[in-house]
Formats: sequence, C-alpha cells, structure tokens
Amino acid sequence: MLHFADLLQYSDLFFSGLLTTVELTVLTTILGIAVGTSCASIRQYGNKTSQGVVSVYVELIRNTPFIVQLFFIFFGLPALGVRLSPWEASMIALTINLGAYSTEIIRAGLASIPKGQVEAAKVLGLNFRQTLTRVIFIPAFEKIYPALVSQCIIVMLGSAVISQISVEDLTYAANLVQSRNFRAFESYLVTAALYLGLSILLRFALNAIGKRLFVYREAS
Amino acid sequence: MKRFTKLLSKTLIIAAGFSALTATADVLQDIKKRDLIRIAVPQDFPPFGSIGTDLKPQGIDIDMANYIADEMGVDIEIVPVTSANRIPYLQTKKVDLVISSLGKNPEREKAIDFSTPYAPFFLGVFGSKDVSVTKIEELAGKTVGVTRGSVEDLELEKYAPKSVDVRRFEDNNTTLTAYLSGQVNLIATGNLVATEIATRRPSRAPENKFMLKDSPCYIGMAEGETALQAEVNRLIQKALANGELNKISMKWLKAPLPKGFGA
Repeated sequence: MLHFADLLQYSDLFFSGLLTTVELTVLTTILGIAVGTSCASIRQYGNKTSQGVVSVYVELIRNTPFIVQLFFIFFGLPALGVRLSPWEASMIALTINLGAYSTEIIRAGLASIPKGQVEAAKVLGLNFRQTLTRVIFIPAFEKIYPALVSQCIIVMLGSAVISQISVEDLTYAANLVQSRNFRAFESYLVTAALYLGLSILLRFALNAIGKRLFVYREAS
Repeated sequence: MKRFTKLLSKTLIIAAGFSALTATADVLQDIKKRDLIRIAVPQDFPPFGSIGTDLKPQGIDIDMANYIADEMGVDIEIVPVTSANRIPYLQTKKVDLVISSLGKNPEREKAIDFSTPYAPFFLGVFGSKDVSVTKIEELAGKTVGVTRGSVEDLELEKYAPKSVDVRRFEDNNTTLTAYLSGQVNLIATGNLVATEIATRRPSRAPENKFMLKDSPCYIGMAEGETALQAEVNRLIQKALANGELNKISMKWLKAPLPKGFGA
C-alpha cells in the first residue's frame, strides 16, 4: 500500500526544495554558459598561454567527479581561509562544472564556422560587432544548441548531490521527509516526478529561447 | 519404576536445595569467600571495551572492573560478553557483575538491579570553545550541524527554537567533517562522536554545551543482591568523590564528566 497522504504535511518542504533547485539551475545555467562562452573564445582565438590555462581548467573539471569538486570547495577551502555557505559553494561548484563542459561544446561550434564565412563578412563590410554576433556566435550556437541544452539539464539533475552539504534542495527535502516518516518509496517517487517535470520545463524554456535567438536561418 | 521414583525424588531434593541456596545466597559473601569477582565486559564497543594491540581487553568498563576488584581486595576474572548475552550471563550466575556500557530502562529494571551511573553516555550539543551556549534556547539564530534522521536530529527538531539554522548532513562522518573544517561551530551528536573528534584533532576538541538526551551507563547485578548493590554504589561514590571516575573519563572519552554527573 502506498501512502501519499503522509507526504501532504511536508508539501511546504518539497515546494521550498523545488524552488531552491530551480533558483540554482537558472543562475548556474546563465553563469555557466557565460563562463563557457568566454573560455571557448579563449581556447579558439586566444594566445598560447591563455589557451593553456583554459585547457587545464577544462580538463581538471571534466576528469574529476562533481561531488569531489563540491566537497573540495565546501570542506577543503576553509583550510585556506575561504568559508562559503552551502548555497554559495553549490552555486560556484555547479557554475564551474557547467562552465567546463560548455566550453568544449561551444568551442566545437566556433570551430565549425569556416574561415571563409568571416572573410565574407569582412568583404561585405560588416563591422566587428556584427561579425562577432551574427556571423560567428549565433551560427555557432545554433549548431551546438541541442547539446548545450542537454548539458544544462544534466547539471540540473546533478545538482541533487548538493543536498550532501546540507543545501535544502529538492533531494534534501526527499531525504528529510524519508528520514521522518520512512515513506521512502512515496517520497522518492514524488521527487523523481518533480525532477522529470523540471527537466521537461527547462528543455521547453531553453528551446523557446533558441527559437527566438536563431531567426537568421542559413539559406539551404 | 521404584528406582526411577527414588531418583526423581533425589533430584527434586537436590533441586529444592539449590533454589533454597540461591534464594539466600549473598553474592557479596560468595565473592569474598572465593576471593574472586567475575565481571562481564564488552569486547566490541570502544572506548568502553575492545581488544588492545596486546590482545588484552581495554576500555572504560575494564578500568572500572579492575577498580571495583582492587577496592574489594579480591582477584578478578574478566568475562568478555556481547551486548546480546550480557544479561543472560548475569541471570545464569556466570558472572557477578555486568560492567558493559549498560543503559537503564524500566524493562531491564524488572529483570536485574542497577548501581548508580559510572560513565557518561549522552546526546548533546557540542562546539568549539569560543561559542558560548548553555541551554537549548540559546541556540536561537545559531547554526548547528547534525546527521539527518538521527535521534539527535529529531530531538533538535522537537525542542530547539525555530530560528536555529539546522544543517543536516548525510552521515556522522560528513557532520564531523563539517565541524572540523569550520563550516559549523556547533554540532548535535553523541559524546562518543565528540571523543572521536577530540582524538583526531585535539586542537579542535569540542566541548559539551548541554545535553539533549542523557542515558548514562550503570553496573548491572542480579536482583535482590542488596549487600552487593550497596557495596558497588559505595565504591562508585568514592571514585566519583576522589576523581577516579573523572580520570577514567578523561583517559577514554577525552572529556571530563558532565556537570552534575551521578547527582
């Protein structure tokens, strides 16, 4: 027998957990893509030294587990005198993580822009700003957009781990409720459904943004 | 048939004799007569009782057992038991005393008798020295780390003021790390976990601020042994007064006895 009614008294907890997860996801998606775009530009167009620095960052983050990065920031940094709240530590860890992955995705997009396209823009008399946005970035993002959206969703789902450092997100709510009334199945089922709903919503929102962003379709 | 009846009656007489003997027996006199006290101790529950590197039992309970034997002036036989069989050992008279981190509850009090407490065992709020908190109301507005779903978590939820920022971690180890790294300066946990921290990092040894739930350890003995009970209580009182108990606590728990212990 399932007892979903036992969860009702905790609906506030689930709701505030959901809100924390949404809040962190929105913030890290924006910041992470900003970091990714900057680092991808450096990796594609920067000088040797800055390229090296970015490579070290990207490889370091992509080749270590997220939970270790999170624990390092939360439990490790205080040894160096940097004490972050659980929320701040999670925000930074998630942003750094998404930043590294999106760097590689966006760099692939930039690399796909043929040199001739930029030269053509020059010949046609487009200025630097126009070339950068309309000839390089928007077509580059259009090519890799589905992959980027998937990565954002992966990061949102991965954020479940931050409940380990006592951030009161959706997973934290599920764990807490489950430790109080021992309704593990019901609690996690509801949580899974909420995450599923969030993923669908996030994909929908990002796709809607994409549709508005990529109005300059290539003539094919 | 006649032989069988005879045997049966003989057995009954012996059995009756035995029960008469046990009913009047004074364990304290027996101990003195045989010049030996048999004490049940744990071997799988540090720091109360475990096997040392020299393969000998060691811990609070072993120290306490040796103290009792020394004071009584008799030899000692240490009998290692598990938490499941320590009471049966007592009830079948295989041992005279159980010193095995034994907690008291009404159910157990029906089966055996208890001494006064000899060692602290409690859940409480612990913290670094620079945080001054003396009772649960003073937690208001402070941050406390706790292991999610533990008894101390439930106690905090029940009694702590609403403005306490309770940070719940996955397990004891994460809670401990949160305290050691300075992410929280107060934690709610058991005194054994606090001892663990004091052992690992003496410089950040947490001190007990107040108790959430007290369940000290008592010495167990067979029911109705009033002479033995009085003697054991006298020795515990003596150890409490002359600082022997506190010394044992400092040695194994890295902390003095809590205020008002045994009162």
